[in-house]
Amino acid sequence: MTKIKMLVVLWLGALVLWGAPVHADQELIVSAAASLTNAFPEIGKSFEKRHPGTKVIFNFAASGPLLQQIAQGAPVDVFASADQKTMNQAQEKGLIAPASRKNFVSNTLVLIVPEKSGLSLAALKDLASAEVKRVALGNPDTVPVGRYTREALTQAGLWETLTPKFIYGESVRQVLDYVSRGEVDAGFVFATDAAIAKGKVKTVTAVQGHQPIVYPVALVAASPKQPLAQSFLDSVVSPEAQEIFQRYGFGKP
Amino acid sequence: MPVGVELTPLWLTLKVAGVATLGTFAVGVILAFLVSRSRFWGREGLDSLCTLPLVMPPTVLGYYLIVVIGRQGWLGRWLQETWGISLIFTWQGAALAAAVVSLPLIYKSARAAFEGVDPELENAARTLGASEAGVFLRVSLPLAWRGILAGVMMAFARAMGEFGATLMVAGNLPGKTQTLSIAVYDAFQAGNDQTATILVMIISGVCLTILLVSGKALKIKYM
Repeated sequence: MTKIKMLVVLWLGALVLWGAPVHADQELIVSAAASLTNAFPEIGKSFEKRHPGTKVIFNFAASGPLLQQIAQGAPVDVFASADQKTMNQAQEKGLIAPASRKNFVSNTLVLIVPEKSGLSLAALKDLASAEVKRVALGNPDTVPVGRYTREALTQAGLWETLTPKFIYGESVRQVLDYVSRGEVDAGFVFATDAAIAKGKVKTVTAVQGHQPIVYPVALVAASPKQPLAQSFLDSVVSPEAQEIFQRYGFGKP
Repeated sequence: MPVGVELTPLWLTLKVAGVATLGTFAVGVILAFLVSRSRFWGREGLDSLCTLPLVMPPTVLGYYLIVVIGRQGWLGRWLQETWGISLIFTWQGAALAAAVVSLPLIYKSARAAFEGVDPELENAARTLGASEAGVFLRVSLPLAWRGILAGVMMAFARAMGEFGATLMVAGNLPGKTQTLSIAVYDAFQAGNDQTATILVMIISGVCLTILLVSGKALKIKYM
């Protein structure tokens, strides 16, 4: 009998310990485009230093899925996407505070190949050669870098020709991973992503023929922490943050 | 935007799950028979290895598969250089991932079924002059059949629903490797809720049909 009682007490104790909400400090949840995976945490750290007791939690994914999460009611405070289209959709659905929307960085689309690639690619049209079997790009329906790629390849008249070779990634980082592992012969990522994987991938050329790549950031309308979220947004556009972004290869908006 | 829903993911899913189940059926039944009937070194290890996919996260299995059969992997490189075969981003790769994930379901039920077969019956067949293969094909297998069939149904259902390892190994290529479960994920991520709903209805219907049909099939064998 006593053994059973002890078990019950242990069980209840464990339930209380794990079930109780951990009341640490204030949390700020930032959903950001996958290409910001390396630069944003640095900005988050300096923000935490200036706002003691605040913890910035990042949620990185392709901009499309991030928008879906917010639309489904995810408790997000700040949203940063890698294109204007996704942010426009968020604005049309009333998910963000339109007045808070600001552009904070720009980027470049590049064609990359694995470092050890034996292919001699020099320009976009070389992708049509029979030697190139697989080309990775972001899924154009959900991933901004994929949308820019589609625009550029359509402009160059190559979209239809290359379609059978396409491997869709769920985010720009998956495309980068496919190329650095050598699973594909070439891929389209942002210049900042190619810079992260130096030694694993080589940049062939910068790609033109798409809309300007400018990242917007905005407050999520449903966030209950507007003042705190606003000060994070201010820190993203501050000169100090711009310095960090430039170090990672981002351009001015 | 297509108004109607493409049925390609359904056919692809049935193909992938079908091939995966055929593979796991052969491998699972033979391994189960070996482990249940003979004593050899490494038997316990083999048993654990066959059960492992049941407890490991599919993403971990996907990672292992990429390390082994990817273009940089030891087996993948050999396949590529010797035969020009690459499994990554192909439906065959998806089938391999589904097979690895569903192997324990056939293996476990086949092993239990073989252990339920009375060894005296097998010995009787031997005294009557049956070869070992004959004993397996004409005594053990028919007696264990019902248990194995239940395992096959479970494995097929599991292979149909496989997501994590498949997405890592075969990617999400519409018309090539986009199975039903990945198509649902893709439609939901893109905000095409209508497409997602229709796909969910299809997959629910197919699963329900499999359950009903397999239930009926097993019952008839009972009588």
